[in-house]
Amino acid sequence: MSLSGAWYLGLAAIVFTIGAIGLLVRRNVLIMFMCIELMLNAANLTFVTFARMLGDIGGQAVVFFVLVVAAAEVVVGLGIVVTNFRRRSTTVADDLNSLKG
Amino acid sequence: MLHPDLLLAATRPTWPDILVFAASAAVILVGAVGVVTSRNPVHAALSLVMTLFGVAVLFIEQEADFLAAVQIIVYAGAIVVLFLFVIMFLGVDRAEDITVEPLGGQRPLAIIFSVITLGGVLAMAATAHWVTGARQVVGPIQGHVTKSLSSPSGEPAQLGKQLFTTYLFAFEATAALLVIAVVGAVVLARRPPTVHADPEDASQSELSA
Repeated sequence: MSLSGAWYLGLAAIVFTIGAIGLLVRRNVLIMFMCIELMLNAANLTFVTFARMLGDIGGQAVVFFVLVVAAAEVVVGLGIVVTNFRRRSTTVADDLNSLKG
Repeated sequence: MLHPDLLLAATRPTWPDILVFAASAAVILVGAVGVVTSRNPVHAALSLVMTLFGVAVLFIEQEADFLAAVQIIVYAGAIVVLFLFVIMFLGVDRAEDITVEPLGGQRPLAIIFSVITLGGVLAMAATAHWVTGARQVVGPIQGHVTKSLSSPSGEPAQLGKQLFTTYLFAFEATAALLVIAVVGAVVLARRPPTVHADPEDASQSELSA
């Protein structure tokens, strides 16, 4: 039997925090996307841990759907990044200030 | 089966379990910090692969074998490769200067608030009594795979059965979502049509772009 679920939940919380810090601090859109993936993975780890602790496979089904949504999100997000790069030649979020008054 | 109140109770793990958890936790944390602190986007993507492998190991450790395989195939195999594709395609694979802080005082504030949130989540997990409703919706996980093909059991078979019965509507919705994402990506990545000399055509192509 593996370790008690608290260890996994604590690790997931730490990874989620690192991802959140990265999302807030970094300015490169690609790296911000990677930080979102980190946060999604932390949530997935939580779901799998609760699926084991509660003995319910529904948690694993949710992880499956999160994977699908993450894939769709990355495809569309990177499409937007590429389109934006064609117009402005930058992937830095601070440079996208066309709407600045 | 574990009661939720046993969340913090010791379950006498064996030493290989502790070793696997410690090793993969170290891999996950090093990779996660690497994603945030890498100056080069390519290095960040490779650190992300490291984290994803560590999470896959923890999935296997928790009897989620199918999800571990999907994690490697979809995340490490498809999503990160897509990231690397875009990084190389745009030619942004060079180190950027992350020492300058564009918005004064934002980094300390971000770190302080994130750590406060982390402390809150951990304190809540340690003290709260969760109300989880029905504990089992679809039955317990059976860890062992039988050899008989006529009545497959084990975690992948169970997950597949649930996906096509209890979660059938959500499963079909993900199919629609993927099609929409593909169409959206094609529309976004399509080169804008070449502008003709005819001003009417040009204004039309600008409208559609």
